[in-house]
Order: sequence, then C-alpha cells, then structure tokens
Amino acid sequence: MNFKHRDIISIKDFSKEEIEYILEYARHMVPYANAEKHTTLLKGQILATLFFEPSTRTRLSFESAMHRLGGSVIGFADPSGTSQKKGESLADTIRMADSYSDAIVLRHPQEGAARLAAEFSEVPILNAGDGAGQHPTQCLLDLFTILTEKKKIKGNNVVLLGDLKYGRTVHSLAYALSLFKANLTFVSPESLKMPKEVIHECKEFGVEPVSTSNLEKAIKEADVLYATRIQRERFPDAEEYNRVVGSYKVDNELLKLAKQDLIVMHPLPRVVEIDPEVDKTKHAVYFTQAFNGVPIRMALLSLIFGGKKL
Amino acid sequence: MKELKVTPIKDGTVIDHITPGRALKVLHVLKIPESTVSVVSILMNVNGKKGKKDIVKIENRELDPKELDKIALIAPKATINIIRDYEVVKKHTVQLPEEVIGLTKCSNPTCITNTREPVESRFQVICKDPVRIRCYFCEREPEDIAAGIV
Repeated sequence: MNFKHRDIISIKDFSKEEIEYILEYARHMVPYANAEKHTTLLKGQILATLFFEPSTRTRLSFESAMHRLGGSVIGFADPSGTSQKKGESLADTIRMADSYSDAIVLRHPQEGAARLAAEFSEVPILNAGDGAGQHPTQCLLDLFTILTEKKKIKGNNVVLLGDLKYGRTVHSLAYALSLFKANLTFVSPESLKMPKEVIHECKEFGVEPVSTSNLEKAIKEADVLYATRIQRERFPDAEEYNRVVGSYKVDNELLKLAKQDLIVMHPLPRVVEIDPEVDKTKHAVYFTQAFNGVPIRMALLSLIFGGKKL
Repeated sequence: MKELKVTPIKDGTVIDHITPGRALKVLHVLKIPESTVSVVSILMNVNGKKGKKDIVKIENRELDPKELDKIALIAPKATINIIRDYEVVKKHTVQLPEEVIGLTKCSNPTCITNTREPVESRFQVICKDPVRIRCYFCEREPEDIAAGIV
C-alpha cells in the first residue's frame, strides 16, 4: 500500500483496506500524540497550513501532529493578511505555497477547492474542509474513535443527528460507515434531511439507512450517537436558520432512554446540541474524539511523507 | 384533405431517437435559434419502432463532435444523420465520454469552478442511462444537466 506523495482530498479516494491501514497506523501513533514517546520522523519537512476559514481543532491538531513528528509548520489561520485579499486566485496561492513547503493543508469555503489545489501543486494536498464538501481527516478520526471505543465498526447502530443537509462531516461519514457496513439512522429536522445522493451511495454498499425525525425512538437501539451543529454559516438565509436551530438537544434526560454503552460523538464546536451536563457521563467521547485528530493526522502525514512505521 | 408533413431535408443534420420531450433541450444545447438562421423542424413524441421519440432536423448545418457530446448528455440514445442531397452520408449514435470537460457548468453555486479560478469544469459520467454526472471538484450531481450547458 503506497501513500507517498498522495493527496488526501476525499474519503471516497480510499478503499476500505486503505482506510483500515490508516486506522491501524494511527493506533501506533497514539503514544507519540500524547507525548509518552517522542520522534523526529519528519525532521526537516515543512507543512503549510492555509486556512481560509476559521478552525480550531483541525488546524491545531494538524500543527500538533507535524510538531510531534519533528517537522515544522508555516501558514495562516486568517486570510485577511494574505494576497487573497488583494485578489489573488487560489491557484496562485497554492503555486506559491507549493514552492515553500513539502505538503499543504487547505481549508477553504468553496467546495472543490482542495481538488483544484491538487491540480496546481506538486506537493501533496490535505483537504481540511472545503465548504460544505469533504473533510476526510475528520471522517478518519471519527472512524478511529468508533473503532477504539466500540472495537469494531461493522454492525454498530449509528445515529447521525442534526444538520444532515449542510453538514460536511456527516456526508463523508455516512459514506464511510456504509463502506464498513454499520447500520445507519438519520435524524434531522425536515428541512435539513440527508441529501438523496448520499442515501443513494449508502444503498450502493447494501446499507438501508432509516430517516426519521424521532430522536427518542432512534436513540433506544443506538450504539453511537453522532450529533452535529446546525451551522449558521451554511444557511442561505437567517430565517431558515432560526427556524431549525435548537430543534434537537442531547441531555441526560434523553440519555436515560439509551443503552448503557452508547457513545455520544460530536465533531465540535457544539453550541446547543449537547448539554454540558452530558460531559460528565460515560457516554461522552467527543473530547477523546477531538484528541484522536492528532494520531490520525500524524498517521497521514507520516504516510504521505513516506515515513517508516514507528 | 391537406396533410401537414415534415418533409425530408436536402442538406443538414437529422437528430433522431431523442429522448421524448427533450427536443427543446437539444435545441437549447445547440443554441438554436440564436446560433443559426437555418430552417429547423421539431417533431415531438413521434411513434418509433422502440416507442416514442423526438426528432430535430436542421437544414444546412452539420454538427461537429463537441456538439455531439453535448447532446449525449441529455439524449444519450440520439442518432445523428448527416444528410447531403437527400441521402444519409453519415450516421452515428452519440457517445457519452467517461469525462465531460468544459461543456457544462457546475450547478453548485459554491463550487470552486464557479469562481474566477483558471480551471475548466470537469464532470465524471457515473451513469449513462439515465445520465448522471458528478462534478470532479465538488462531487455534486447536477439535477438539470441541460440548464448548466455553456
């Protein structure tokens, strides 16, 4: 399996075996990610992080991953101080970053931006989210979290909750979970239902997702509850946003209906979807999930730089 | 009793076996009437051997391959007959390529190809019947392919 110099644009670019390989590789990275062990595997390598949209976890965990591997990082977290504000095209920004670094992490508000960047870059592009499009490293860390918490992915009853229309993480995740033959239930307000093309993809893997607006019913059989934020920035108008925000809330009252070993995940940031009282329960794994971004990104960086397995 | 018929054409192109109801979209794709002063005849829902079909006849114009690809997007079973002096001199079925480059705009307004980046639109054909295409960049599938044709 060869990942050297490969772009990481969409989870759909990877076979099931490749994803399993990455997840296994990430498992070996955990002691390095939490600083129990140290390495200089990527010493001398430079990672450029170009964030045209705000990010906390994705950017920091990519940067942490690169530093933990002994490499260094250049980049920006806010495009306001860059040539983009002077009208520079993304293609030109990428050509420039390509000549300054050995790999580029890109977050951009426009869908397809990472695929376009890969057209103009010699060094690998890692997609850190392109608008409402793909966010493959998030998808991988979500799979890694389910795998480490539940020991397997196949056969788990996974409920995806919230903004299933605009939420980029749930589209990739529904695809990947179908690839691994998990059972899917989609819970959302009527106006934020899972797009039919995503449902179509799940069915191509032989998975028959159930769509409902009844969370109380769906949570009873769930092994994994994956909640998402209703994202204001993805809504074409404020009126629609105000209509649906806060339509579902995960709290201890709701969790009384759940299995003892249900895990609650969230890509974060959360706003009102998960009550802070849930944080103290054994169900809450969203902070572990956020940590898992580091070993997953360490694994990907090591693989695309052709580093040896630690 | 007088009967109104669409008569054979002397020179030009006959597009046969168009998916019924799509003749006007074919004309839209070919930018007719804006791009031509030729006489154009349209037949819709004609009974053929394999069920209903539409037919378009364009006088004094022979279609080029790029135009044929465009037609394939909306009428994948269409046949193109080139007519010279009332005879069919060339006949071929339109072929949908594996990839469609620069022919149709992405319907997703927030796709990177709809900005001023120096890149042509690119779609992968994921199903030939019914035609389904997916943007190589943003991975969206346009619902109305004809509407995006440039």
